[in-house]
Amino acid sequence: MSDKHLIVEGLSIEFDGQTVVHNLSFTLAPGKTLALVGESGSGKSVTARSLIGLAGAGARVTARTLSYGGQDLLGLSERGWRRLRGKGIGFVLQDALVSLDPLRPVGKEILEVLKAHNWGDRRSRAERVIELLDKVGVPQPRLRARQRPDQLSGGLRQRALIASALALSPGLVIADEPTTALDATVQAQILEVLQEIKARGDSLLIISHDLAVVAQLADEVLVLRHGVTVEQGPMQQVLRNPRHPYTRALLDAVPAEHARGTRLSPGQPAVGGQPRPAADSPLLLRASGLGKAYVGPDHQSRQVVDGVSFELRAGRTLGIVGESGSGKTTVARMVLGLLEPDAGRVEFLGQPWTAAGSQRVTEKQRRLHRRDISVIYQDPLSSFDPRWSVARILADALDVAGFEAGQQAVRIRQLLEQVRLPADLATRRPLQLSGGQRQRVAIARAIASNPKVIICDEPVSALDVSVQAQVLDLLADLQASLGLAYLFISHDLGVIRHVSDEVLVMRHGKVVESAPVEALFDNPQHEYTRRLLGAVPRLPGAQVQLVVPPLEAENSAWLFDESQLWKIAI
Amino acid sequence: MSAITYSNARHERLARLARRATWRLAGGVLVLWAVATLTFFALHLMPGDPVLAILGGASGNPTAETIAQATREFGLDKPLAVQYALYLGRLLQGDLGMSYSQHLPVTQVLAEQSWATLQLTFSALALAWLLVLALTVLTAGRGRWVSSLASLAETLAAALPHFWLGILLLAVFAFGLRWFPPAGSDGWRTLVLPAVALAIPLAGFIAQVTRESLELTLEQPFVLTARTRGLSDTAVRFKHALRHAVLPGISLSGWAIGALISGAVVIEVIFSRKGLGRQLYQAVQAQDLPLTIGISLAVAAVYVLANIVIDLLYLWIDPRQQGKTA
Repeated sequence: MSDKHLIVEGLSIEFDGQTVVHNLSFTLAPGKTLALVGESGSGKSVTARSLIGLAGAGARVTARTLSYGGQDLLGLSERGWRRLRGKGIGFVLQDALVSLDPLRPVGKEILEVLKAHNWGDRRSRAERVIELLDKVGVPQPRLRARQRPDQLSGGLRQRALIASALALSPGLVIADEPTTALDATVQAQILEVLQEIKARGDSLLIISHDLAVVAQLADEVLVLRHGVTVEQGPMQQVLRNPRHPYTRALLDAVPAEHARGTRLSPGQPAVGGQPRPAADSPLLLRASGLGKAYVGPDHQSRQVVDGVSFELRAGRTLGIVGESGSGKTTVARMVLGLLEPDAGRVEFLGQPWTAAGSQRVTEKQRRLHRRDISVIYQDPLSSFDPRWSVARILADALDVAGFEAGQQAVRIRQLLEQVRLPADLATRRPLQLSGGQRQRVAIARAIASNPKVIICDEPVSALDVSVQAQVLDLLADLQASLGLAYLFISHDLGVIRHVSDEVLVMRHGKVVESAPVEALFDNPQHEYTRRLLGAVPRLPGAQVQLVVPPLEAENSAWLFDESQLWKIAI
Repeated sequence: MSAITYSNARHERLARLARRATWRLAGGVLVLWAVATLTFFALHLMPGDPVLAILGGASGNPTAETIAQATREFGLDKPLAVQYALYLGRLLQGDLGMSYSQHLPVTQVLAEQSWATLQLTFSALALAWLLVLALTVLTAGRGRWVSSLASLAETLAAALPHFWLGILLLAVFAFGLRWFPPAGSDGWRTLVLPAVALAIPLAGFIAQVTRESLELTLEQPFVLTARTRGLSDTAVRFKHALRHAVLPGISLSGWAIGALISGAVVIEVIFSRKGLGRQLYQAVQAQDLPLTIGISLAVAAVYVLANIVIDLLYLWIDPRQQGKTA
């Protein structure tokens, strides 16, 4: 138990004369959790960093009061800050793959905190490292301590990162997006580890854009927008009865709580309520018995996709959900005809599209229908040539689709209008666009050739929740107006639930369950589906509350980790 | 249980490194064969009669008889293919022939001259790395002015020609200040100026790459994490960032060995040092076929070996690469 309060009054942060955080005030008592919520650019991360004196070069931090445990932080020397970091305040960043030194074993990283503060001797430090890993729930800690982040699964390395922040039992832990980019079941486990910090009587400051995650941990919530506090108060009150429209918009944008056909983003006319195309609309795409195996570095073959079959009909959306490594992207690549299957085949518009072995289809045979299928990726930036303007990116797609040069200018303007981008954006380059604008350009490129099917591979996973809401709404509108069919791949069950008509649940390359969306979410049949649903954090007051089988979720994660062992024996 | 798994993993890792070294050595043998073949044919395509060269050049005025005798003696009357086959056969036995111009076995010339060149190139490489580390660790990510000044200095250094730098160093430090001897190859004092002349342009070049990589690394999240643990800036730079930042420079060093040896040709002539560079310069001028081939092979062998060592060094610094290369 610590009796240390964090007191922040009138905190402002400037970079080059530009104020990024205005007049922020909060206090954090021992054993309590405060959540800073906001979208990218809201100033939440730089606020967290200013609390340990690492706001960055060129940052000017001012405040009426900034103190922790009675110590004034404003006048602290660099040496004083160093003594506080790690010992008084622990800091956890997101994505341990890059937040832990990728060239060093994780044990060494934990050891480093102990050494930096001259804790114990050689022997006791080594023991402490193992003890810490054990405490955050890393099995076989002696083995894991000697492995590098890339040899550990996402959950294990995030635990190791947390262990390094907890090494000297700091009274305050700051966690900056600690579960972002993690699969749902892993996220649930990490939230449990963070809950234990709280239970020990230490304070937790959590930074997140995910309101559902915040709801699991926080006692108090502070919503930030453009560096200004828009709402602040007890968690239940803020999330159940938001007073500020921005908070309400953030809550509305969470797709898990909204049924198909409803809007997620405010300010646009609703097209919801339109009847869905019937389940017996014309068949566009049929995959049967798809299989693919890769040979790992240990020369052992791993079945990445195994016996996957599905049908996609005009105007409908088939969601594929699964955690990382479940084989969903490999399925997408085979359906696109970019990867030869080892088994099974895909038929597209009644013609063979791709198939294994002797029934192999050549790219030349596919060319006729190439324009009828297109793709949207998670990160459009890496799928654009950074030197091309938006107009050239779209013109290139129109070239491939067979549009003549004379008609292209008109069509480009039309496409930009369809994805609700201003026409003058056509001269910009990808780097000059925001994340949401880039994804709209990617969508414009995908619909340029008037396709019948679009493969969406995690199209909203890299976006802020309100931008995600706008993009999902846009996809829904385009589906209604153009009659598109989507094969929608995501790890996010909320998104899948919002967009899909039918859902495939994949695990270890196999389809474990496939059902219409309502049936799957209301009455999941397979144990894995139930576990997956149970691991999704929920906002308070959500209608559907599922029973979580926590122990099994733990076990399954360990099983998954063991299956990663082939990577480790190097 | 876990200890056993770990020792197996380490054993496996060493076995992989050894396998990789073996493969690289086999590849190196191929490179040497290619070098031997290329130099052999290139020198036969050069204008001028090697027999005349053997007999002391055109000014030697040899008689027709001596020419015929020398032609037979050195096997130059046989068809080119036969000469090539005989040459490869002798190479395999470690016989590099007699130098035409020095009338000594080529192996003996190599034995006498190699050490001086190796000393020069490797001290230049070590010196270059010292300069790189000092300059980049001290100045990277320290504000705009410091960084741009340092990077200007690097660009200038990288653009300096060896011969100009060598002559400048001679004029200032040997003839002007008389701190170091102007010529010779005995003792460390004679090594300083030539090594500096070779090291400065190379340091400029490697430092440019290392600075960029260090500045990128310092922005990585794991560096921020290290700072949140209470590490000092110096500790963060040396314990975390440097290891990542040297990787591109290490790769370049393999190439640098070759550049240093060709730089040594000029530097050894300017500083009147003994060494392979000067020998090569003279051998080509005298059309001394066996000596030219011998030196080329020796240089290629050093280059190949140095690159294998650098490859393994890279893997040692960045163990992530091992899984991908097996």
